[in-house]
Amino acid sequence: MIEIKNLHAAVDGMPILKGLDLTIASGEVHAIMGPNGAGKSTLSYVLSGREGYQVTDGTVAFKGQNLLELEPEQRAAAGLFLAFQYPVEIPGVTNMTFLKHALNSVRIQRGAAELDAMEFLKLVRAKTKELGMSDDMLKRAVNIGFSGGEKKRNEILQMAVLEPTFAVLDETDSGLDIDALKIVAEGVNALRCRERSMLVITHYQRLLDYIVPDHVHVLAAGRIVTSGDKELALHLEEEGYAAFAERAAA
Amino acid sequence: MAATAESVAQVEEIRKYKHGWETDIEMETAPKGLSEDTIRFISAKKEEPDWMLGWRLKAYRHWLTMEEPTWAMVDYPTIDFQDIYYYAAPKTTEGPKSLDEVDPELLRTYEKLGIPLKEQEVLAGVQGAPKVAVDAVFDSVSVATTFKKELESHGVIFCPISEALKEHPELVRKYLGTVVPYTDNFYATLNSAVFSDGSFVYIPPGVRCPMELSTYFRMNAKESGQFERTLVIADEGSYVSYLEGCTAPMRDENQLHAAVVELITMDDAEIKYSTVQNWYPGDENGKGGIYNFVTKRGACRGDNSKIRWTQVETGSAITWKYPSCILQGDNSVGDFYSVAIANNAQQADTGTKMIHLGKGTRSRIISKGISAGKAQNTYRGLVRMGPKALNGRNFTQCDSLLIGDRCGAHTIPYIESKNRTAKVEHEATTSRISEDQMFYCRQRGIGEEDAVALIVNGFCKEVLQELPMEFAVEAQKLVGISLEGSVG
Ligand SMILES: Nc1ncnc2c1ncn2[C@@H]1O[C@H](COP(=O)(O)OP(=O)(O)OP(=O)(O)O)[C@@H](O)[C@H]1O
Ligand SMILES: [Mg+2]
Repeated sequence: MIEIKNLHAAVDGMPILKGLDLTIASGEVHAIMGPNGAGKSTLSYVLSGREGYQVTDGTVAFKGQNLLELEPEQRAAAGLFLAFQYPVEIPGVTNMTFLKHALNSVRIQRGAAELDAMEFLKLVRAKTKELGMSDDMLKRAVNIGFSGGEKKRNEILQMAVLEPTFAVLDETDSGLDIDALKIVAEGVNALRCRERSMLVITHYQRLLDYIVPDHVHVLAAGRIVTSGDKELALHLEEEGYAAFAERAAA
Repeated sequence: MAATAESVAQVEEIRKYKHGWETDIEMETAPKGLSEDTIRFISAKKEEPDWMLGWRLKAYRHWLTMEEPTWAMVDYPTIDFQDIYYYAAPKTTEGPKSLDEVDPELLRTYEKLGIPLKEQEVLAGVQGAPKVAVDAVFDSVSVATTFKKELESHGVIFCPISEALKEHPELVRKYLGTVVPYTDNFYATLNSAVFSDGSFVYIPPGVRCPMELSTYFRMNAKESGQFERTLVIADEGSYVSYLEGCTAPMRDENQLHAAVVELITMDDAEIKYSTVQNWYPGDENGKGGIYNFVTKRGACRGDNSKIRWTQVETGSAITWKYPSCILQGDNSVGDFYSVAIANNAQQADTGTKMIHLGKGTRSRIISKGISAGKAQNTYRGLVRMGPKALNGRNFTQCDSLLIGDRCGAHTIPYIESKNRTAKVEHEATTSRISEDQMFYCRQRGIGEEDAVALIVNGFCKEVLQELPMEFAVEAQKLVGISLEGSVG
């Protein structure tokens, strides 16, 4: 699905990612953990093509395509989705309008027919129901006045509507209460399938009890320093990053 | 090679302004330039009563003593008023009695604009189709008014003002110039002297106008000016919603547009006046765009009467426009909802005046200004509470949105209060489309220009939702089109 090799990236000329390698096969779920400021969100922005994040070295192949030469909207159409750590507010634009624009833009780029208002409404109602969200949220402006948890859930709703093939979830669990965490995890799990891969960024082992990853990686100082299975997350939680990094360095 | 590049550029240009074609039709014009003879010519052409000619001449003589105002934040070369045609009419369409008599070439013009006059009538039989009566003004004359019969059955008068001068001279004489006197300002005075046509509306007491009334203005002739005059009167307890749309072909020469609109509401009456202005804005450097100097004013004469201006201003090289309300009647209400978009080299200086005279009068101003390219967008608003405006209330919300860093937004509120019980509130914000918002949209698959259109439409929502449905959709699209090329 995605193959990241020796990725170096800088923000404002300051190097953040320093030779990151990561390969995710079709159908796999990988988790990335790591201390604050390690470069986790930076990785998600570099993958999705955010302006101001310069790739200085390395390659990213996405389904055999050079991902780095695509515009952000083309990457979305190619199947890449990013659930933001800090979802953005758009005043005056309802969630419904936003979702419809997004879905139809993606469909047009993929050569599919646009959905009309009725078809779209049907689809989105089904998705909100699955995620235990109220339709009220569709009528509100994008993320305006949403609680932290509602914002995260809204990201998952967008993911469910856009049906990406590769989703990066950046700390989607932060700010969720236990019940919401379960619902979000169920939503994510429902989307798991052989054709879809995920990269889950989190600080908490707890999320991985619900979304069980195939691989866990530790990102520190701009590189993947260790990889392992689910057990790795448990060790991390017990030891903390500092001790872990020390031991890893030794 | 060069030729190809040029035609690509031309196609590009045409794509940007989709109404930039002209209609090939024989025109009859008054001799170029302005003089008493020109005015006599226009008046004679329209077979006007003597008092009308007298009024025009008074206006003209007054105009000769006036100077062009320079206080607005707009910059343009001096206009040579002798280098303009003040009357241009399609030859074949003098006094159409019905649509069948209208030149088919003209009907096609309106179809291209998305205003099929014929269909409007045909559709009337179809259930659920919204009814809109249309008066179409082509350069200096009105070419067709639809739904006349049905409106007449309700006692509603909706016709070209030239026709009203013949059929209902007493009504026109009673109200014309009572809200915007011929001495009012440079452009309004010019309009009073040379106005060629426009729409006249009278809603009798207690009548709720059964459909939206609409006028479409199209400027076609070269080097012509369009000086239309609109007069809408809502008698006691009546209601009308009126829409105005405008387009013009692309020209290298700037064309002058100086309209006057007067609204009058009697006791308990209400007028909603909506405008979607899409005159040709000129090329990237403003060359060839329309100069739009308009005086629009409503008088809430009666108690509990109400006037609401809603405008979406996207076109013109220069917009100079301040739809205003004079709140004379006790407890009368004036609203002004405005979206003004200026892109490239466009300059907009627009806003409103709310003059509170009666007791308990209320006004609300919601202004959304969007600037992109190297455009300048100014909101200029006056709220005046007169000595008798006991418990008068005004609320003003002025929001500016900037796209890019070469454009400007200016907010100039004037507040005068002569009554201690009156309250005036003013809120203003300036913001930019953030990089966060753009990236968020693009990550979801929405391209840059669509993202701008989406975000700007959200910003304007409060105003756009005040437009009648048919217009709101059109206006939303227009917002996107007028901002094309503003990013990237
Ligand atoms: N726009 C920016 N300008 C300057 N520095 C930046 C910018 N964006 C990120 N950085 C820096 O890059 C480093 C990595 O940031 P990033 O957001 O990727 O960390 P993270 O691993 O996601 O951390 P967290 O766990 O706190 O979310 C940090 O030191 C941060 O301050
Ligand atoms: Mg982060």
